[in-house]
Amino acid sequence: MTTTVNDRGRNTMAKAESRQALGFVSPALIGLALFTVLPVALSIVMGFYDWPTYGEKKFVGFDNYAKLFTSSPDFWPALRNTAVFTILYVPVSVILSLTLALSLHERIRGRAALRILFFIPVVTPMVANVLVWKMILQPQGMLNGLSMEWFGFQLPNFLADPQWAMVMVVIMSVWQGLGYNMLIFSAALEQLPDSVMEAAKLDGASGLTLLWKVKVPLISPSIFFASVMTLISSLQVFVQPQLLTGGGPGNATQPLVQFIYNQGFKFQDLGLAAAAGWILFAIIIVLTAAQFVAQKKWVHYEH
Amino acid sequence: MSRGERVRLVFQHAAIYIAALIFMAPLVYAFFSALKPNGEMFATPPRLVGSELRWSNFAAVFEYGPFVTYIANSFFVAIAGTLVVLFVSTTAGYAFGRLRWKGRDAIFVLFLATLMVPQEVIVIPMFTLMQWLGWVDTYPALILPFAFTAFGTFLMRQFFRGIPFELDEAARVDGAGPIRTFVQIILPLSKSGVAVLSVFTFMSFWNSYLWPLIVTVDYNKLGTLPVGLASFSGLTGTRWDLQMAAAIISMIPTTILVIALQKHLVKGISMAGLGGR
Repeated sequence: MTTTVNDRGRNTMAKAESRQALGFVSPALIGLALFTVLPVALSIVMGFYDWPTYGEKKFVGFDNYAKLFTSSPDFWPALRNTAVFTILYVPVSVILSLTLALSLHERIRGRAALRILFFIPVVTPMVANVLVWKMILQPQGMLNGLSMEWFGFQLPNFLADPQWAMVMVVIMSVWQGLGYNMLIFSAALEQLPDSVMEAAKLDGASGLTLLWKVKVPLISPSIFFASVMTLISSLQVFVQPQLLTGGGPGNATQPLVQFIYNQGFKFQDLGLAAAAGWILFAIIIVLTAAQFVAQKKWVHYEH
Repeated sequence: MSRGERVRLVFQHAAIYIAALIFMAPLVYAFFSALKPNGEMFATPPRLVGSELRWSNFAAVFEYGPFVTYIANSFFVAIAGTLVVLFVSTTAGYAFGRLRWKGRDAIFVLFLATLMVPQEVIVIPMFTLMQWLGWVDTYPALILPFAFTAFGTFLMRQFFRGIPFELDEAARVDGAGPIRTFVQIILPLSKSGVAVLSVFTFMSFWNSYLWPLIVTVDYNKLGTLPVGLASFSGLTGTRWDLQMAAAIISMIPTTILVIALQKHLVKGISMAGLGGR
């Protein structure tokens, strides 16, 4: 008998806890339904409509997707520019930030202050960072001025030349994002077990061997995580080209997100923009999945 | 330490400090440029410091157009947004992390799945939603749409799970319900987690550009600092001195936050990234 009473008591308590849990989670659930699930569903629908910002909407089936790949003059260049940016940006950013994290080892004086220094552009508004670079990269700006003064060498007009403009968007982005990955790698390096490092040193590992055979494999999960996140963020690049080059010259630096923004809010074609958004999402998912498959070859997890 | 090691360490210091110097050069140059008379912005050869330190440039920015409105809007939106995120994330994080209820794990997986959807993909339908709600050009549109992302909930859940579960049991024995346990035990023990989430959220609101650019039309009234700064650079055209002063001003709050909360920050980043696990 007593067990039944206990069970019943536990049951009502569990029920009360369930009810209260629902209360706790409902603000998040309602918000997520309204501001994430609904827009995602809506965006699927919009992709199949001729959907101007103001005025009549018309169902057009797959026309928007067909238009993107066949008749939209900026779409293929936007795909190409996103690809070029990503191929240049991700490896440079990951390798440089890893080098930086490894260089700032515990015997460097002022390493805490240096870390914060390298982290500052991550947290300052991107718009402000871009304005600073835009000033420096002007033909009569600091960079060309110093080159003329020190070497008597006239630099190219970086933001007016299609190739240089892309290179500068990449360099500016690397400068801005470097500190984030550096902190991820630093945190991982600090968690390396002393016992392993000692054992490796006793085995005669030092310098580059210690670095490549011990440290880097041990933090490979972090390197993987940082690569995935950096790849995703680079596919979404927008502010840097938008304000540094305006996507130009021509459309030489216009990436996919800027294309979406222009279609939606310059040309008022929300249906086409939504369709392009789904292409971007598909690319992100495929590349992220590919990275997860490839990681088995080089990421070492401790078991 | 052997002689060779000492020499190597000296070289390492030299390399890293030179790298730091080059790295900071753009910001340092921008700061001193903000103090130059406008005519000397692009002087040849370039000089770090102009003929005078014109601190009045910073005052001039505040008199230039709606700059004060931009700053006020940015603070209001970032603070209000952070409060909403904190409320939503701690309550949901508590439900997912410490309460037992039917369907919890399935719904949590759904939550995590929404993390994959990039902001850029939903800004288009989000704008349409704002039109339906009549929110275009309003503060709610700047604050609410991106205040419910699963990131905060996820972060708080991870944090709450690190607190010993015996505390809940003890509270229950004392007759405390979930609400009292949450307010009086879990929250006070989670100060550093809440601090991490606050800083990250404040920064992302403060720096956000794409969404405010889309959902506000009347920048003079509702422009945030990044949007204002970008349109400011169009308005002021050749006044690079004022643009630099405005850019430097916009960098101050988040820079102070980072320096003040550096320990939390490293912890937060390794937690958010889970050190890659």
